[in-house]
Amino acid sequence: MIPEYGHFALILALCLALLQSVLPVLGVWRSNSALMASSRSLAVGQFVFIALSFAVLTHLFLIDDFSVVVVASHSNSQLPWFYKFSAVWGNHEGSLLLWVLILALWSLAVALFSRQLPLDMLARVLAVMGMISVGFLLFSLLTSNPFARHLPSSPADGADLNPLLQDPGLIIHPPMLYVGYVGFSVAFAFAIAALSSGKLDAAWARWSRPWTNIAWAFLTLGIALGSWWAYYELGWGGWWFWDPVENASFMPWLAGTALIHSLAVTEKRGVFKSWTVLLAIFAFSLSLLGTFLVRSGVLTSVHSFAADPERGLFILAFLILVVGSSLTLYAFRAPTVASKSHYHWSSREMLLLVNNVIFLAATLTVLFGTLFPLVMDGLKLGKYSVGPPYFNAVFVPLMALLMVFMGIGPSANWKKTRTDNLKKPLWVALAASVLVGLLLPLIYGNADYNIWAAVAVCFSAWLVITALFNLKEKLRNSPSLGYGFARLGRAYYGMLAAHLGFAACVIGVCLTSQYSQEQDLRMAPGDSLELAGYRFQFQGVRNITGPNFIGSEGIITVSRENTVLTTLYPQKRRYNAQQGQIMTEAAIDNGLWRDLYVALGEPLGSGAWAVRVHYKPFVRWMWLGALLMGFGAALAAVDKRYRAKVRAKVTASSHAALVAQ
Amino acid sequence: MAMHPARKQRLFVVFLIVLGAATAVGLASFALRENINLFYPPADIVAGKAPVDKRIRAGGMVLEGSVKRDPNSLRVNFVVTDRIAEVPVVYTGILPDLFDEGQGVVATGKLDLTGVFQASEILAKHDENYMPPEVQSALETAKATTTKPTLEQTANSVSSQSSIQL
Repeated sequence: MIPEYGHFALILALCLALLQSVLPVLGVWRSNSALMASSRSLAVGQFVFIALSFAVLTHLFLIDDFSVVVVASHSNSQLPWFYKFSAVWGNHEGSLLLWVLILALWSLAVALFSRQLPLDMLARVLAVMGMISVGFLLFSLLTSNPFARHLPSSPADGADLNPLLQDPGLIIHPPMLYVGYVGFSVAFAFAIAALSSGKLDAAWARWSRPWTNIAWAFLTLGIALGSWWAYYELGWGGWWFWDPVENASFMPWLAGTALIHSLAVTEKRGVFKSWTVLLAIFAFSLSLLGTFLVRSGVLTSVHSFAADPERGLFILAFLILVVGSSLTLYAFRAPTVASKSHYHWSSREMLLLVNNVIFLAATLTVLFGTLFPLVMDGLKLGKYSVGPPYFNAVFVPLMALLMVFMGIGPSANWKKTRTDNLKKPLWVALAASVLVGLLLPLIYGNADYNIWAAVAVCFSAWLVITALFNLKEKLRNSPSLGYGFARLGRAYYGMLAAHLGFAACVIGVCLTSQYSQEQDLRMAPGDSLELAGYRFQFQGVRNITGPNFIGSEGIITVSRENTVLTTLYPQKRRYNAQQGQIMTEAAIDNGLWRDLYVALGEPLGSGAWAVRVHYKPFVRWMWLGALLMGFGAALAAVDKRYRAKVRAKVTASSHAALVAQ
Repeated sequence: MAMHPARKQRLFVVFLIVLGAATAVGLASFALRENINLFYPPADIVAGKAPVDKRIRAGGMVLEGSVKRDPNSLRVNFVVTDRIAEVPVVYTGILPDLFDEGQGVVATGKLDLTGVFQASEILAKHDENYMPPEVQSALETAKATTTKPTLEQTANSVSSQSSIQL
């Protein structure tokens, strides 16, 4: 009976979601504050029932109830409990339930933490989120019921979770990514609510800004986790593949980055209003497109669990409905919005517009490269693949251009920049970053001078140096340094952290790409290899037994200048279930300045193995940079000054409303 | 000369957006010209439909008993087939975990003048149940064309059919 309770809870959640999308709207229409306020309790109720349903599914995985289809096909009694737990979302049905749970969690957060929001606005926002929830709950219940049973005869044991997904990184990667992905639904709901109310002023930007920042922070961390997982788990040291599924999460990130910057302009200056609304719609539509690409089976990868045309059609129809109706609403409402203030070409507004144009161009080129093979295949024009060279060729120049303006943006003034103040520090920063860029490859690179590394370092140095100048400028007029630091708000430090994180990311990506050394070779016991000044000696392999696999473990000692640094134990595993699937577990000696990466290929007879050895300098910088970016966005979202302002503004406007009544 | 400031500003914004879009389109088409790889099933390669010395993708099933390793290096030879035609493949490096005889693979590389496919990258599937879609459809096409004459033909007669095809 337990699975049926989960199913029932999900159906109840659907009923509440339906009410949540209708009652508040009725309340707004009839000016009935009780109906409007019901949105809050309905959001709480919906969350409770979805959480209950999710808890039931988790319980079924943990107790090995193989009468339930998803448990039987994605778990196994030998699986350690934490992988049984993460197997809940290691399949199509469960991951969809996680999607819905996180949407409900965001709705709950909006219901609980938006006390300062006017009631009609809250009602509208929660109604929009309720509608999205209805769509996904219907999708889950009609096409992908996680509680379907194998009755009357159920298998004795489960088919096991794909070994690639049996990894600690995969326990947290999907939830993080979903929190980010789905979080853009809040920005979307605020945008739709503002459009439908006709009150498309700076206030909605102020309300939706912290939500968007938090969602963006999680998406950043989720993508970084995915990249890190691919690096150590796929066994060949790659960290980004421009795989369509990666792009599916990267496109909302790019559009979201444009959105958080555009929101800043709308909040501070009241311009770009209709543009920002469009971006919010665009970012969430790309999240839905990503869900469609990953969940419909039009792409095949480790992420797409099911190739079921019915499911694909459902999400596609939902996507078209959401995009179509929100753009229609936009078309009716946006022309009435006019910006009153003006800005000079040298203003910060203009520089942020440049940011938006670049990010939009980047999103569109990634979108094009991702959809091109699908469209060509659909039109029967051939089976193409668009590989990393395409994406690198379009992406790298755009990011370089972005970094030029990113150095200037924070120092520019709103409306019109006083260029005479800015010229000198910028010239100094330019000279300094070119100098650093030119010098670093001389000191760091061993034999040949790497011009691309020089360019990358130069651009990153530009960001760091201009950020420092900016900080110095901000502290200039304060009586003491401590006071000056304290006076700068969290939003400012958040921006600084995120921009520096981006610089670290660029350093990591570029220097790893330029300076990595790798060798695949045949190694017999006793053989050794010199790579980048390290000596790798292969001592042979030994047998290992895990909870649900058996395998071989290589023993490789790493030394430098005759001192043994460490011993690495790369593994080759054969999982007991899944018809004995083979998995490579790389062994990594990690460090801030370099990773040493060793993976086993296959046995070549008489004790010899194919061995892959990598030297990867600065590879951690990209993930640490992403961490810093996420931290920066979260810090900006909890800015104190900013919350106080919202409260003041809201009190003022509710007073005004009272007076009007 | 004296353009209204608001109009001037709007013109500038439009100009920026057009510039951005043009850059994106330019970059994309430039990059696309060089970097898309078309997939060819073995039947098309043997029939001479695939270009020589250009980066393409080829794939099919790894023919049973065809995998031969060089004893002193990581060089490996094998044959991919769609059960109509067979293409020899050479690759030097570590094969993916799920590479096996009788399983589907997709290789990226160049066809040389002798008809050997020089692979620079080998992709196998992510798990046991997954078949690369290109291989899937190549096998289905092959099956459709070979079973057309008589439905009773079995897998054993594949070699005779392939001579008919060629």
